[in-house]
Amino acid sequence: MTISRRTILKSAAAGSAVLASPAFIRNAFAADPIKLGTVFDISGIFDAYGKPIDMAVKLAVKQINDGGGLLGRPVEHIGYDTQSNMALYTQYAQQLTRQDKVDVVHGGILSASREAIRQTLRRANTLYFYNIQYEGGVCDRNCFVTGVTPAQTTEVQIPYTMEKWGKKVYILAADYNYGQLMARWIQKYFKDGGGETVAVDFFPLDVSDFGSTITKIQTAAPDMVYSALVGGAHLSFYRQWAAAGMKSRIPLASTTLGVGSEHLVLTPEEGDGIVVCYNYSPELDTPANKAFTAAWGEMHGAETVPNIHELAVSNYQGILLWAEAVKAAGSVEQAKVIEALDGGLSLDGPAGKVTIDPKTHHATLDVHLMEMRGQKLNVLQSFGARQPIDTQLVCDLVANPDDNQQYEIKI
Amino acid sequence: MDLAAVFILEILYSIAVLVLISAGLAVVFGMMRVINLAHGEFMMMGGYATIMAVQAGVNVYIAMLIVAPLVVGVIGLIVERLVIRFLYGRLVDTMLATWGLSLAFTGAAVMIFGNTTTGVSTPISGFTLGAYQINGYNFFIIIVSILLLVAAYAILRGTRLGLVARGTMQSADMAAALGYSPDRVYMSTFFVGSALAGLAGGVLAPLVGLVPTWGSAYIAKAFITVISGGASIVLGLLSSATVFGLVSQTFTFLSGPVIGEVALLVTAIILLRLLPQGITGRFFKGRL
Repeated sequence: MTISRRTILKSAAAGSAVLASPAFIRNAFAADPIKLGTVFDISGIFDAYGKPIDMAVKLAVKQINDGGGLLGRPVEHIGYDTQSNMALYTQYAQQLTRQDKVDVVHGGILSASREAIRQTLRRANTLYFYNIQYEGGVCDRNCFVTGVTPAQTTEVQIPYTMEKWGKKVYILAADYNYGQLMARWIQKYFKDGGGETVAVDFFPLDVSDFGSTITKIQTAAPDMVYSALVGGAHLSFYRQWAAAGMKSRIPLASTTLGVGSEHLVLTPEEGDGIVVCYNYSPELDTPANKAFTAAWGEMHGAETVPNIHELAVSNYQGILLWAEAVKAAGSVEQAKVIEALDGGLSLDGPAGKVTIDPKTHHATLDVHLMEMRGQKLNVLQSFGARQPIDTQLVCDLVANPDDNQQYEIKI
Repeated sequence: MDLAAVFILEILYSIAVLVLISAGLAVVFGMMRVINLAHGEFMMMGGYATIMAVQAGVNVYIAMLIVAPLVVGVIGLIVERLVIRFLYGRLVDTMLATWGLSLAFTGAAVMIFGNTTTGVSTPISGFTLGAYQINGYNFFIIIVSILLLVAAYAILRGTRLGLVARGTMQSADMAAALGYSPDRVYMSTFFVGSALAGLAGGVLAPLVGLVPTWGSAYIAKAFITVISGGASIVLGLLSSATVFGLVSQTFTFLSGPVIGEVALLVTAIILLRLLPQGITGRFFKGRL
């Protein structure tokens, strides 16, 4: 360390200030807030996902502060809207770490946005939470994932649907990373259960005419159709399927429908009977969820409660989990909080119990089989403590703490 | 046998959809030489007009066939008066202006309706054909397209209105010399073009999940169909829609929707290489 005239003057000034008014300084330190940074797409084409997430973040922060804050300090929320623009993620992540100097960042919706900021936060030694369902495989000690990964839900959903409907499946999936991977998981679990995949069709995101596909499905005569279709154009499939009168003939299951509250858009005639499997539904009949939806309704208005989706709830739980870890660690320092999270910390959230898996920094979660009925996701059956078995195949942060990549999981 | 019937029906439906989405553009671009990049957004607004009307309690057929074309036609009229009329004969400028319009319309729809999917159910139920279930609404779309083509042919060919419109597009000065105001002819033709786009949006709305960016999925196909069709409006539209519908459905059926789209684009490239003036530049020359 070099000692210049300026540093001497500075420390002298600081020293005299401490001497002059020690009580004042101590008070200021006590009230010094813990900074929680967020980056989400609250406007733009992904706002259907981002807006409820933002509301969930505000609710979590309010509840923490109403409960007296953390370590006797209030939590200050510094949030940026990335406007569905990937370039802004990098910019705001820099701003959060360098200028705002936040203690933790929760953020990112699409996988692309997560990868845009993950390295920045790792380099800056800022703890990072990605609380979204995604394709799995991220292995980074600084990054905690509290959303579900494909194997956690399909592992439960496919045996259920096979028992109910039969062994032959026709798979429809969106033609990008997520859809391709999901189609492979569905095929794997059907094979494991002694079933058969009669065909897999991939659709670019702008395809909205499914007429010939519906004919092809009838020719193949499967026992059920699995859909991993994504976005507004693909919603046409469910509409055209119902319009062709197919709903009473071949049952449907989906791994995506409902995540963006699509069940509110489809009419009951179009949506009823479709089987899905997620971490959360607003209809969950548990005390934790009742308390959560009541608090949400009080803060944001009861009419917004049906819009609560899984992504919002995982972010809510992610923040509360981080808060628990801070309390357990007695500090907001990155290393100490990671240690606390690795110690098998868990939280009883609205969607069920969330526990961090120290090997992968993903979460062990409850998943719920649901059926659409009257524009609601009605829970059929709940399954406790599903391990992130897909990421566990490739990632072991206990043995290999310096690992830093997203693995492509071979199935 | 059943499969063959279903397959033929799918092809007819696919041709009908191409005719429907391209008809408005055939008038605005094919006749008036205005590169309307906002064509997809006109369709999108037709879709929203239908859904709004249905939600307000209007009968779904009235909403699709009357409300949607009228609303979009009026919007088209306003656009023509404010923007397009200064740009006739300036091909590249119309492209820039309408591109801007398309962005503005999408943005406005996002502000008004939000970035979420909306829709209405199809009013016609499915029915059984042998071992297959068929979407009954497909028939409706096929019938609407046939009526549209017949009406367009009859109006352009058989009425004075059609004659004046065609004459003005061919030689505005001559039409003016004969006592017709090209300004008004252009205005009403643009109204008709926009209304046709609105009709397409309205009729297709019950089949899809409507989002503000919905129109952009159709714009390329509409342009390809109109350009490949060539100079004749009705026959050009029909011939190119038939070729593309046949090719894309056959390939979609044999392999998948991705290959179907690829086959359509490859066919368009080959077609334009062999017939740069469009199909009706060589065949059915001089017909409507």
